[in-house]
Amino acid sequence: MADHAAHSDGHAEHKLEIFRGLVKFKSNTQKIWGVLIFLSIVTIIEVALGYIKPDFLNGTFLKLKFLNWIFIILTIVKAYYITWDFMHMRDEISGLRRAVVWTAVFLIIYLIAILLVEGDYIYEVYKSAAVSTDF
Amino acid sequence: MDTTVATTGTEGQKWGGGDTKPLNASYGKLMMWFFILSDALTFTGFLAAYGFSRFKFIEEWPIADEVFNHFPFLHGTDAPMFYVALMTFILIGSSVTMVLAVDAGHHMDKKKVSLYLLLTVIGGLIFVGSQAWEWKNFIAGEYGAVKTKGGKILQFVDVNDHKKRVALDEFASVGPRDVEPYGNNDGIWFESSGQYNASYTLQEVMEGFKSNPDITIRTQQLVLNEETGASEKLVLSRADALAKLNKDAVSVVEGANLTENEYGAPLFADFFFFITGFHGFHVFSGVIFNIIIFFNVLLGTYERRGSYEMVEKVGLYWHFVDLVWVFVFTFFYLV
Repeated sequence: MADHAAHSDGHAEHKLEIFRGLVKFKSNTQKIWGVLIFLSIVTIIEVALGYIKPDFLNGTFLKLKFLNWIFIILTIVKAYYITWDFMHMRDEISGLRRAVVWTAVFLIIYLIAILLVEGDYIYEVYKSAAVSTDF
Repeated sequence: MDTTVATTGTEGQKWGGGDTKPLNASYGKLMMWFFILSDALTFTGFLAAYGFSRFKFIEEWPIADEVFNHFPFLHGTDAPMFYVALMTFILIGSSVTMVLAVDAGHHMDKKKVSLYLLLTVIGGLIFVGSQAWEWKNFIAGEYGAVKTKGGKILQFVDVNDHKKRVALDEFASVGPRDVEPYGNNDGIWFESSGQYNASYTLQEVMEGFKSNPDITIRTQQLVLNEETGASEKLVLSRADALAKLNKDAVSVVEGANLTENEYGAPLFADFFFFITGFHGFHVFSGVIFNIIIFFNVLLGTYERRGSYEMVEKVGLYWHFVDLVWVFVFTFFYLV
């Protein structure tokens, strides 16, 4: 039972600041609604951009359109707030945070970089091949 | 026990296994986090494979907002992505009710925990249902297309307005058949009738195309629009279209399945079914877990245990499902 007591004590204190202290909520419940509003705004921006597809975002950086970079960055922002505030990663100690997040981030970047570079290479091979693939 | 354990000098410290837990989290919660980590890597594998195939066929991938443009009760309206956006809100909403349940659990408030869990289950079920509807539309298809020898897809568009797609129904008509189709009262549910695997035969589509000068063909090829910088599908002139159809067309494709896809590359359909299916399976499992702990809450299991940590652990899984959806939404529907 001592464990339970220690446990609930650990969670009595939620960190209630988001945006590096710019916004501070009064209670955990209030923070949840605040994060929901933020996530909804980000999703609305994503869908609006996907619907309008403004022409000035058609330029590319590293083979990806600016528009797609914006989508990916906004997605990572959403993922951060879901993990930090809905899954309470913000309240965990740094050791647990790093064990989970650093492992994931490192392996994901590694896997994606390798596969996308390889995919692009195969595209180039098909494109410059002597045999047509379009028939 | 004391006699068998050597003194290591870590007694009473964190890694000595004393009273404090090394990561300040219970065993169950820690293991849930590591399960989530490994599951995240599984989804990464799938999405990275999707990215690989997309980069490999970067010039002929379907444009997602042309594929998913249905909205319930708005037939024929072009509503790109609105329904998936709604699904995203439903899933984020059910994440919020879940985290509210966890919060109520910290306050040992049985009534609120059960209410929020019930709302979470309902949100999850609506989401899975929406996904099934999305699949149904994708499998049924909308316009129909023609497949070439090389497995590429040719779609039909208006000659004057290249943005306006033309469905097979609008120009092809069913000609004489040497096989009588089965009716409802024949007592046979399903039997393939050889060459007639679509509403129209290739012959009928070709005839309709020839006698209708207002339509032409759009290929899978993406080309750069010099003015706007946007990628658009290549539209052939009427003469080229006729030549292409005569030379390369082999069959009529309606809807999408694992081998052909009227919207373009079959790989797109394969990945769509596999990744959204795997995610949908996670949502479904999450709903089952939520139902189980919902009943446990009602029975007072956690009240007696003195801690609602189980709600928190299942909550972690549920949020993870939401987290994955955020990425699936981006990579299938937006990018």
